[in-house]
Amino acid sequence: MTKVAMTVNGKPVTGEVEGRTLLSSFLREGLGLTGTHVGCDTSQCGACVVHVDGVAVKSCTMLALEAEGAEVATIEGQAAPDGTLNTIQQAFQDHHGLQCGFCTPGMVMSAAALLKDNPKPTEAEIRHYLEGNLCRCTGYHNIVKAIMAASGQDVSVLAAE
Amino acid sequence: MPKDQDTKDSGIGAASKRREDIRFLTGTGNYTDDINVNGQAYVHFLRSDVAHGRLKSVDTSVAKEMPGVVRIFTSADLEGVGGIPTGWQITDRFGEVMQEPAHPVLATEKVRHVGDPIAAIVAETPEQARNAAEAITLDIEELPAVIDMKAALNDGATKVHDDLTSNLCFDWGFVEDNREAVDQAIKDAAHVTTLELVNNRLVANPMEPRVAIGDFNRATGDSTLYTTSQNPHVIRLLMGAFVLGIPEHKLRVVAPDVGGGFGSKIYHYAEEAFCTFAAKALNRAVKWTSSRSEAFMSDAQGRDHVTKIELALDGDNNFTAIRTETYSNMGAYLSTFAPAIPTWLHGTLMAGNYKTPLIYVNVKAVFTNTVAVDAYRGAGRPEATYQLERVIDKAARELGLDPIALRRQNFVTEFPYATPVAVEYDTGDYGATMDKLIEIADLAGFDARRAASAEAGKLRGLGVNCYIEACGIAPSNLVGQLGARAGLYDSATVRVNATGGLTVMTGAHSHGQGHETSFPQVIAEMIGIPEDMVEIVHGDTANTPMGMGTYGSRSLAVAGSAMVRATEKIISKAKKIAAHLMEAADADIELKDGQFSVAGTDTSVAWGDVTLAAYVPHNYPLEEIEPGLEETAFYDPANFTYPAGAYACEVEVDPETGKVTIERFSAADDFGNVINPMIVDGQVHGGIGQGIGQALMENCVYDDTGQLLSASFMDYAMPRADDLPFYAVDHSCQTPCTHNPLGVKGCGEAGAIGSPPAVVNAVVDALQSAGKDVTHIDMPLSPARVWAAMQG
Repeated sequence: MTKVAMTVNGKPVTGEVEGRTLLSSFLREGLGLTGTHVGCDTSQCGACVVHVDGVAVKSCTMLALEAEGAEVATIEGQAAPDGTLNTIQQAFQDHHGLQCGFCTPGMVMSAAALLKDNPKPTEAEIRHYLEGNLCRCTGYHNIVKAIMAASGQDVSVLAAE
Repeated sequence: MPKDQDTKDSGIGAASKRREDIRFLTGTGNYTDDINVNGQAYVHFLRSDVAHGRLKSVDTSVAKEMPGVVRIFTSADLEGVGGIPTGWQITDRFGEVMQEPAHPVLATEKVRHVGDPIAAIVAETPEQARNAAEAITLDIEELPAVIDMKAALNDGATKVHDDLTSNLCFDWGFVEDNREAVDQAIKDAAHVTTLELVNNRLVANPMEPRVAIGDFNRATGDSTLYTTSQNPHVIRLLMGAFVLGIPEHKLRVVAPDVGGGFGSKIYHYAEEAFCTFAAKALNRAVKWTSSRSEAFMSDAQGRDHVTKIELALDGDNNFTAIRTETYSNMGAYLSTFAPAIPTWLHGTLMAGNYKTPLIYVNVKAVFTNTVAVDAYRGAGRPEATYQLERVIDKAARELGLDPIALRRQNFVTEFPYATPVAVEYDTGDYGATMDKLIEIADLAGFDARRAASAEAGKLRGLGVNCYIEACGIAPSNLVGQLGARAGLYDSATVRVNATGGLTVMTGAHSHGQGHETSFPQVIAEMIGIPEDMVEIVHGDTANTPMGMGTYGSRSLAVAGSAMVRATEKIISKAKKIAAHLMEAADADIELKDGQFSVAGTDTSVAWGDVTLAAYVPHNYPLEEIEPGLEETAFYDPANFTYPAGAYACEVEVDPETGKVTIERFSAADDFGNVINPMIVDGQVHGGIGQGIGQALMENCVYDDTGQLLSASFMDYAMPRADDLPFYAVDHSCQTPCTHNPLGVKGCGEAGAIGSPPAVVNAVVDALQSAGKDVTHIDMPLSPARVWAAMQG
């Protein structure tokens, strides 16, 4: 076991991990941050997306030890301390961008990474960016709509609405 | 498109935002894998890597000495544990009951599919359990794998189950008495269109893999199972009564937040029974978390029909008869509801939206060395709809008819309508949904869009189809006659608290459907109080009445009806209390906007005054009624409900590559009354996404030796955001159900049922528009298959 230290949602944390411990496992089991979900074992589903030093990462694809010293952001740290949802989270609720909720943390974290680099993405850009995030409930319609809305675009006139 | 219902901001018909979203959006949901019990051990299942073989020995001598290993179980260690039961018995067309094989929790003398569990390794950590599994030595004498259904029925075929007479589970005829008349009608027809097709095997793949945690309290002798289930009461009954011999009062089953189900989390699985058993045997909690790879080889799969359908028409293009022959894959064992899916949930829907007078459905259910097949979103109804709507399209092309006009000509137009396949549609208006579809899909603009596609070098096609489904399963006395080993009522307990808030305990289970939001809308409307005064409790057998859970689009139609009935009892009693408080007659009391008033006067008392009086009964008619305000209702539906609609798909086919893209997708549904239009839209979107996935991408494939080739998200093509379009959906055509109090029909599966034929019809249309003589391509319509078809 090796000691690892990082900052998660602004708080310094430490833990003892095996060399093979994934970042997702460290977050879930080591820190009890169970909002990060694991939906596959081939890095396809994206339910485990977190930000490491500001970059969206599938936390099942990174060893906990690789995050030594890093700034990690998870779904638990996205709302304001008083519980107010951030713009993306609120848009997901407003536009019914989630159903069972399992893929949702990864979707929100991916959307945040997208909007940081591309504040007003087109529908096509959003769909392309989300190729690493699977959702089985929504058919993606309301996820794409929510992200467009979160970026300040008018979604009331979407052709298929 | 404007949605007029959205103008209401509370109660029935309002697009209330989902309250459950807050926890899911902030990472504070409570899914089964988020639960950890103090002192828990972890189990890893060693699974067969061959499809069929005789299990000669399992050597655990090295593994059991490995670090952290608590105990290793094989079938020999499961004394007293029963097999996994089947919840439905089919009687075949000769009057014989189906062949029903044993389904042991851990493999005994044989392994029968890749993934069949052989040994369970319990250790202090998941990693130690997996390490030890690697050290177990198996001696398996491989046997020929039975994969192809028709070959499985050949004389002398290797048998999946040695103690059965063959690989035939049953040979079902429906309606058997119609068989000769149907044969004659087909002989006499002016035209017969024949189509052979495959309804491809699918994997449900809810994003949350299955998890089970068994716990045992030695002091009380109580067992608890936390599990990813759509129906915790069903699991408690099946596992308690048939597998482990634990009576219900000593067994609690908890299904907390569940990350999608789509059918695959209805069933009682061996892993649940093992964890519950092992927790007692070891006197500590035992947790299992499925990997996605395990899910592919242990979650029940869906569809997998091979069908020949014949549609007979008279000289005026009226449908006169339908005859089908289907081979339905059961897999290696019978999953909980497997025998019902290709029979009662498929055969009874073969009339579709049409007044075909004679129908005969034959289904041969076959055992193979593959994972068990059971209900997947739609469950039998997509299989019925697909073949029917494809053969109608083919008939229209053969006869040079407009496919929409041919459908309209044959629509059922008078209700109630008794089909020749044993069900009675209560309401519907198929012309109205088709008219609405034509509007929202802008079919008038199709020719211009096709021309624009042609300019871009693409072939554009239009596919239209209808669907009908049977939801709200179902009248218990009827399903009992049909072989169900369960009732299919549901339940609700409505508890009014002293200060006026309500807690509703329901037997339904929400795993994405939004019951915590939509169910309160109903009660808020009935009483005239804010929705946030109502809280829904579900998913725990310890605090909900016995109910059959959520599947088959039944929650609102069945459990919602129970909730309405219980609330009616509450209101009736509350009116008596109000009458006492206002010194008026019971019959004169009216309830509106949360106020009880005496008709014709301005005397009133508030809802909260009455509820407080019920629990602080100082001024109360104690001689007439009991204190308190809590009622339970069980609701057993009188009939299925029959949602129906019309769908349109426009595709572009790249003639160079065969790649199909969905350009437009439109759905006009009749769900009867709608409680929350936002949630209904979402249900349809998701169903369409899965239906397009089936039509274009998804395919569960076994090779000849029974190896699962599509065993991960690397190989099983799940639809992604850039595979799918925005959808135009509408549910403004509403013919309310006549036999449940809300007039609701159910919306959970429509999208998955209605969409595959629209996609395939559209691709065939695109290819025929280019002069290709292509009448059918089997799903999924991958670029390779489409390209090959285009080459003739």
